[in-house]
Amino acid sequence: MAAFYGVTLDSPMMLGTAQYPSPKVLADAFAASGAGVATVSLRREAGGGQDFRALVEGLGVRVLPNTAGCHSVKEAVTTAQMARELFGTAWIKLEVIGHADTLQPDPFGLVEAARILCAEGFEVFPYTTEDLVLAERLLQAGCGVLMPWGAPIGTGLGLNNRYGLRSLRAQFPEVPMVIDAGLGMPSQAAEAMEMGYDAILLNTAVAKAGDPAAMARAFAMAAEAGRLARGADPMAPRDMAAPSTPLIGKAWLE
Amino acid sequence: MRIEINGTPQEVEDDTLDAVLEELGHPHESVATALNGEFVARGERGAARLREGDRVEVLAPMKGG
Repeated sequence: MAAFYGVTLDSPMMLGTAQYPSPKVLADAFAASGAGVATVSLRREAGGGQDFRALVEGLGVRVLPNTAGCHSVKEAVTTAQMARELFGTAWIKLEVIGHADTLQPDPFGLVEAARILCAEGFEVFPYTTEDLVLAERLLQAGCGVLMPWGAPIGTGLGLNNRYGLRSLRAQFPEVPMVIDAGLGMPSQAAEAMEMGYDAILLNTAVAKAGDPAAMARAFAMAAEAGRLARGADPMAPRDMAAPSTPLIGKAWLE
Repeated sequence: MRIEINGTPQEVEDDTLDAVLEELGHPHESVATALNGEFVARGERGAARLREGDRVEVLAPMKGG
């Protein structure tokens, strides 16, 4: 397994904590998935925050706070600073949203915020597109992990740009990378891992399933299958058939 | 003095962030604060002077994706 800022995780699965029907369903989904990381956020204090903190601490996983909903560099940086104090971790899932309908990252704001946060000692997990130049700039800004989207957040459309994601993986083979957002079905998680991604991060596909724990388990198994397959050095596809059964020794039966 | 806390205008007696949190019953250790858009670390709240019209954000852990 790849190390994320020096931390090696047992599971290639990272799971969000939003949208579950109840805290118990959330906890069951985490247990079923074996996920090693939980994403969390911070919002205006309205009671309930401490119950949620206790729930997350009970999961026994590493916490990855996000800057979800931030549209400007300043908002994202301030949110990250608050998250570091609140959750006691330098990890931050950096989201700088640039488009209201697609929740596509603002690449320019993302690089600027990443530069500021890396300089302040944060360990930044940037939510990015699969753009190669943007990836390069994020690495130059100090990011040690990249998190390209599979598809827009919450869509369940899977891996929208396979060519782009393959290129990104091939371009930076040493950089730990997580497919973040857009996964809808376990087969897509398996494919992401087969491409060589190091982990997957998802929320909606599990939380909104009729049986979140079963879906969490399905994603975990698919991700593990994809990881094993990648490590097993897959065959190269070809266009023409090639018989697998030997022709030599075949009987003459005409 | 009238300030805005989490988007709601409020009348407060005290004039430091630390004291206002106390006044309003927010648990010190389990929230993060910002004043006019700038992060104020836990240890700096006592020195953070509030003025009329200031915007204070008091944030707590929340679910997220």
